[in-house]
Amino acid sequence: MGIFILRRLGVMLLTALCLTFIVFWLTNLYPNLEKLAKNQGNFRMSDEAVTSYLGDRGYLQPMPVKFGQWLGVLPGWVTEREEGKTFGRCFDSDTPVDERPNRCGVLQGDWGTSTVFKDEVGSTVATRLALTGKLMLCVLLLMVPSALIVGVLAGMREGSKLDRSLSTFSIATTATPEYVSGVIFIAVLASSQFGISPILAEWGWIDGKTLFLGSATSAMADANFWNFFLPVLTISLYGMGYIARMTRASMTEVMTAQYIRTARLKGVKFSDIVLKHALRNALIAPFTVIMLQIPWLLNGVVIVETLFNYKGFGWLLVQAASNNDIELLLAVSVVSVVVVLVTQLISDIGYVFLNPRIRIS
Amino acid sequence: MEPLTWTGSLSGLNFIFYIVLLLLVLTIVAQLLFSLVPSGGARAVGADGTLADDQGVSGLINLVISWLFYAIIALVLIYLVGGIILGTGAGIFGGMARQMLPVWIALIITFAVSITYKRKLGLYGKLFDSTVGMIGFGIVMFWVFTGVMGGVFDMLITHDSLSQASGMKNKLPGTPLRGAEEGEYAWYLLGGDNLARDVFSRLIKGSWVVVLIAPLATLFAFMVGITLGLPAGYYSGRLDTILSFLANLILAFPVILLFYLLVTPEIVLTGIPNYMAAVLFVFPVIFFAVLLNSRYYTQPHIRTPLLVVVLGGLLWAYLSLITNDGFIVKNDDVTVYGIPAMIDWIPMPPEILVVFVSVVFVNSPTVFRIVRGLALDIKTRDYVAAAQTRGEGPWYIMLWEILPNARGPLIVDFCLRIGYTTILLGTLGFFGLGLESESPDWGSTINAGRRLLSLYPHAAIAPALSLLSLVLGLNLLADGLREESLRD
Repeated sequence: MGIFILRRLGVMLLTALCLTFIVFWLTNLYPNLEKLAKNQGNFRMSDEAVTSYLGDRGYLQPMPVKFGQWLGVLPGWVTEREEGKTFGRCFDSDTPVDERPNRCGVLQGDWGTSTVFKDEVGSTVATRLALTGKLMLCVLLLMVPSALIVGVLAGMREGSKLDRSLSTFSIATTATPEYVSGVIFIAVLASSQFGISPILAEWGWIDGKTLFLGSATSAMADANFWNFFLPVLTISLYGMGYIARMTRASMTEVMTAQYIRTARLKGVKFSDIVLKHALRNALIAPFTVIMLQIPWLLNGVVIVETLFNYKGFGWLLVQAASNNDIELLLAVSVVSVVVVLVTQLISDIGYVFLNPRIRIS
Repeated sequence: MEPLTWTGSLSGLNFIFYIVLLLLVLTIVAQLLFSLVPSGGARAVGADGTLADDQGVSGLINLVISWLFYAIIALVLIYLVGGIILGTGAGIFGGMARQMLPVWIALIITFAVSITYKRKLGLYGKLFDSTVGMIGFGIVMFWVFTGVMGGVFDMLITHDSLSQASGMKNKLPGTPLRGAEEGEYAWYLLGGDNLARDVFSRLIKGSWVVVLIAPLATLFAFMVGITLGLPAGYYSGRLDTILSFLANLILAFPVILLFYLLVTPEIVLTGIPNYMAAVLFVFPVIFFAVLLNSRYYTQPHIRTPLLVVVLGGLLWAYLSLITNDGFIVKNDDVTVYGIPAMIDWIPMPPEILVVFVSVVFVNSPTVFRIVRGLALDIKTRDYVAAAQTRGEGPWYIMLWEILPNARGPLIVDFCLRIGYTTILLGTLGFFGLGLESESPDWGSTINAGRRLLSLYPHAAIAPALSLLSLVLGLNLLADGLREESLRD
């Protein structure tokens, strides 16, 4: 088991390195750098001005060198201006000479500076990640129990009407991407002119103008049911159908097992069979699916945070990518890749622990 | 002119429709509750050993549900037929129903022909034994016909999808067109968007973008996935390790980050999408070359002419696909010449190419994993061992023994994946990536409409519902196919 985890960690590290290098390469292509220079300087820069701007800031070094500097295995670039000012990757011109570090990169714990937010990448990502963590926690709290309930109810009597209705429901949710369900929810539940909010307001059933708030910006500081439910529901719904279908498949398989038949022939109550005999074995497969679903939720998070204007990690990704903020984008991709790989690892290990029939040699 | 209501002169039916719908929902809920409580009466034994009663109270409820369901279908048909006869006299629905008349006719012909000959049509014919599959197929074909007729032949649309009409900005569905001239359609059936364009016509034009790109991109992804996945699964070993690592590498990327990195004007400038297209689109050529060669290489007199014709055509298509205005890549640093513009019969605008390539790129690793898994499973079967003993070559075994036996799961996944690709295309449009902002495709329209969502939702709701229905149709179709292929 220890060797297995070590090997997986090695592969993880290799994957993360390859991926960050790809991101690094794509963001450091010349047209992207030119756009960055014009965004940071001004839009009417001449070609020479762009070149000197980029050259001064170390952007025109060979790709592997730049990547090494970002990682912190190579010394950072240093530019000496004619007027005697010296600045570099790791220090600016005000830093005293003896305090100037040689290397600064991810290995030294320095994630660089964001060109959009004019702030340290590390702290920016941390604040946004905390906000998204809140969103994800709510999503998981809503999605996992409801998906499991739907799946177990559908799977306990295969082919029954209940199964058919719930399966149709889960197919419908998997067919509704977040930008569709989000748009529909806002129009129906959070518009002061359309949908059910005006009717409810007229009847006096709700205090405000709308049943829910169509923007989650206020939920960043203070989340409540009114401003936070729609984004959470939108993400949960898309992920739910898949988990529910997997749970249903696993449940139907367990329900046809010999030991369930034995229990039934012994005259055990149906509810006891489902809750005490079948449920534990039926929940092994969904566990893996839930863990693997978390990276998928990340996509939903990006869409929903854009749609509901919730400034979390997904919103940060969009900002970083659309402004070619290289170091921020790298940090964002490192975080998302780590999320993907760690959930994969947990799902593998968890599967072994949950299912005694599988042993890794 | 008065603005149109939703149902016009058929409004009298609305009350009945609501009542029937309400009753249907109530009885379905009642049925679900009753199915949890066992009751007396005759019982049928299910396949898994459970008992279910089909008479008594729940039998009655079943009967009521089926009657209410037929009533709903009849009412919808009345709305449709009434709409076709009365046109806008039957309100917005009537206007749309009449506008869509060619689609209805095509659907009826398709279904009539298919159901008549369903026993001779293999898996496709079996689809018509399953209600779910038929519903899914109907929805999908509805959008396919709409896309082809509206997008290619300009048939169903009421106005030009790009022209703006004065005074029609953000107008509600059914608003009469101000100053409509003779011969011009007098209403904006689904209202106007924030640039005063007709939402209905843009919806139909946009369906063509989806109906064209999604299946084609999925097909290419399958070609890539199959061509790489079969040897990975069949040979295993180092090849498998490397290919799986690469596939996992792409899969570890969040899709949206990948889109943001690949589908930007700056990246298009560097020519990277063109190189990727040149690599990804060559897989179908390789696939067919190997497929035909492995089958006929013992009969050179058939093999050689066949390969010359097929490969010649495919290579021509391949070069036309990746060439644009006589160049494969053309920027300041690199120029790669393609075939002359004269014989370039596939126009591929750069912004469509980059969308196409990125969607294929995102989809193929998943297909690779599925095919690899299937190949790993099937290569242990006896018929593969028999083929090996006969001395067949590895590619013959992969393509003519393993692949045909993996077709069931692959066809089902193909349907699901078209739906997923549709969702991906919508995502691209939603973030304003790739296609131009005036493109009528559904994702871009949703993106344009979401800014005014709480005031004028109709411009975003219409494409959102269309996308939902198409993906739902594909999922139902896949479900029907799965059911029918399991029954074999």
